[in-house]
Amino acid sequence: MNGYGGHILRVNLSNGTITKEPTPAEVVRGYLGGRGLGAYLLWTEVPQGADPLGPDNKLFISTGPLSGTLFPGAGKMDFATKSPLTGGYAGASMGGMLTAEIKYAGYDSIILEGISPKPVYLYIDDDTVELRHAEAYWGMGSFALEKKLKDELGEEFQIATIGPAGENLIKYACINHDFGRQAGRGGVGTVMGAKKLKAIAVRGSGGIPIANVAEFTRVAKEAYRACKEAEGFEAWTRYGTMIITSWCDENGALPTRNFQSGSFEQGPNIYAPVFRDKIVVTDKGCFGCPTPCGKYSYSKKHDIYVEGPEYETNGMLGSDLGIGDIEDIARANQLCDELGLDTISTGGAIAWAMECYEKGILDREQTGGLDLRFGNAEAVFPLIERIARRKGWLGNLLAEGVKRAAAEVGQGSEKWAVHVKGMEQSAYDTHDATSMLLAYMTTDVGAHHNRAWAITYDIAVGRDKVTPEKAAKVIELQHIRPLMDCLGCCRLQWVELGLSLDYYAPAMTALTGVEYSWDDLLHISERVWNLTRMIWVREVEGFGREWDAPPPRFVEEPAVGGVTDGKFTPPEAAQQMLDFYYQQRGWRKNGIPTRETLGRLGLAELVGA
Amino acid sequence: MRLYADSARCSGCRACLVACSLHLFGENNPKKAALAIVSHFPTPGTFEVRVCTQCGDCAAACPVDAIHQNEKGAYYVEPEGCTLCMACVDACPEGVVFTRPDVDYVWECDLCGECVEVCGPGVLWIAD
Repeated sequence: MNGYGGHILRVNLSNGTITKEPTPAEVVRGYLGGRGLGAYLLWTEVPQGADPLGPDNKLFISTGPLSGTLFPGAGKMDFATKSPLTGGYAGASMGGMLTAEIKYAGYDSIILEGISPKPVYLYIDDDTVELRHAEAYWGMGSFALEKKLKDELGEEFQIATIGPAGENLIKYACINHDFGRQAGRGGVGTVMGAKKLKAIAVRGSGGIPIANVAEFTRVAKEAYRACKEAEGFEAWTRYGTMIITSWCDENGALPTRNFQSGSFEQGPNIYAPVFRDKIVVTDKGCFGCPTPCGKYSYSKKHDIYVEGPEYETNGMLGSDLGIGDIEDIARANQLCDELGLDTISTGGAIAWAMECYEKGILDREQTGGLDLRFGNAEAVFPLIERIARRKGWLGNLLAEGVKRAAAEVGQGSEKWAVHVKGMEQSAYDTHDATSMLLAYMTTDVGAHHNRAWAITYDIAVGRDKVTPEKAAKVIELQHIRPLMDCLGCCRLQWVELGLSLDYYAPAMTALTGVEYSWDDLLHISERVWNLTRMIWVREVEGFGREWDAPPPRFVEEPAVGGVTDGKFTPPEAAQQMLDFYYQQRGWRKNGIPTRETLGRLGLAELVGA
Repeated sequence: MRLYADSARCSGCRACLVACSLHLFGENNPKKAALAIVSHFPTPGTFEVRVCTQCGDCAAACPVDAIHQNEKGAYYVEPEGCTLCMACVDACPEGVVFTRPDVDYVWECDLCGECVEVCGPGVLWIAD
């Protein structure tokens, strides 16, 4: 099948059975691949009510049709599962080299099911697929193991691992790859840990069949040229996502001290030029990326190598913890990577604990002796380790995420547990940005920015405006950006360098031989969006409008300092935005898609509406 | 003319390898390229790009005279003549004469320039 690996690999960890099934053409026609394929498989294969950490939950590792091809940014893949953090849909995107290698080995998706009786790793060398012993690797750090497996198997193998956090079932454990790339959010690494799967090693020798080689190569090369000639190319590739730190700081969007403020008095110490000059060793791109945002760094102060910090980590392990030393942020980043923790949720959890400590709700005995003031990096480093190992009362508490931690501690701490649906919010302050707040409220994994990023739009049209147009913008972004995750390519060429969206449908047509228009692709993306919504409806009892509630921090308390000083979004404004949004999506007032909407998207039969 | 590479600028993305394989074989398969990227991670965190310098050692080593120069001055292997004896592979000081089990001849850079076109950070260029 042109554009695809052609097979789905099914690995049952409980009994060791490994089977290879042809990728169903009608499914990829309807869901493309990557995130779309993952959501489809999650809906059809995981039984309702499955325990996220039990044998019935599955982990779907899916590439997209563009993955591994010449198209710019074709290095993305999707990890889908029922989230142990939120109890709903989890879909985490990862860059690096793995997606291409899986395609070259001939697979579009790897389905991991059951639970292995003993720690194992999955070895894939084209058609040779084996579960191999991994008892000796259990307990190892993510990159220590990646290096070991590369040394043992060969440099050509692409490796994904979990660290101790995944083994210890920290609810937001990540999957690591390529010495610095992660599938970070929603606990996909936790599910891998629950399955006792320590690593995946893949090598593929094949190519990817292309329907029209000459036309595909022409479109892809034109897109490459457009990226290289884009106005922002030089600055973007020099600084990567860190470039946005100063902009966020100036615009009240840089999370500071658990999102109490949107600007940080030590901000300039963690801006991109300081980062680049002080610690960056080399640019590090994902597969097929002409505009590499990845920066590989060395901190002399801590004598550690790390890929990053990228912007989200800079915000969540930096300003949000009151830390203004780029090398301390790099160290916290490296600890999270090696231990296998999502930097965003880790930062959110620690920031919540710091606020509890400063407000006198947690005392020094409860922190295990740590002086958990904002800005105290020396307390953050050991706390990260304690979270990953569930060590001590606080480490074990924070390992559950801020929603559960606040429910346990109470005393009003729910008010500053900054999450949506149980997922800690990523690094954009939303006191005064109604579109971005709506984006966080409605994103299908929880408070993550990757499905829609609308702060520049808020600023352009009026930050506190509450209009149907703002909801429409969020929906538009929620179709375009996640579409890239279905295609298996990166969105940043479009987002950051303005690569024309006109390249995508012709590339897909030339690659697959199936005629796609841009509208066809958007329609599929909308289908996937509604399917992930239905996963929430099916898996979370009583799911509805209250699951889209904004974090109280942004609707009850004003921001302190910076350009958004004194600003917050009144709760009724947030609810009005939600009304606009539901109406335009064709969802009922309770946030559940109508039968008509599901029918229009071709989902009625699948979801039994 | 030859292909040059500034390894310090390389971000390891491998677009060059895919463009190369599409040109040489009409296949989207970076393992069928005529240049190589070697990654040195986690330490010291560098990429090393290996390209053909057109030194001619391959042609000198070929016992069946299957390696000649094309109009750009690039040494190329004539598939019909190649016996897969590996003399050129062993002779190449850069390790950029390539083989794969599913190809019955060796191949090397023909100076087509496709890799240069897709390289974002400007690692590669062709000059005298």
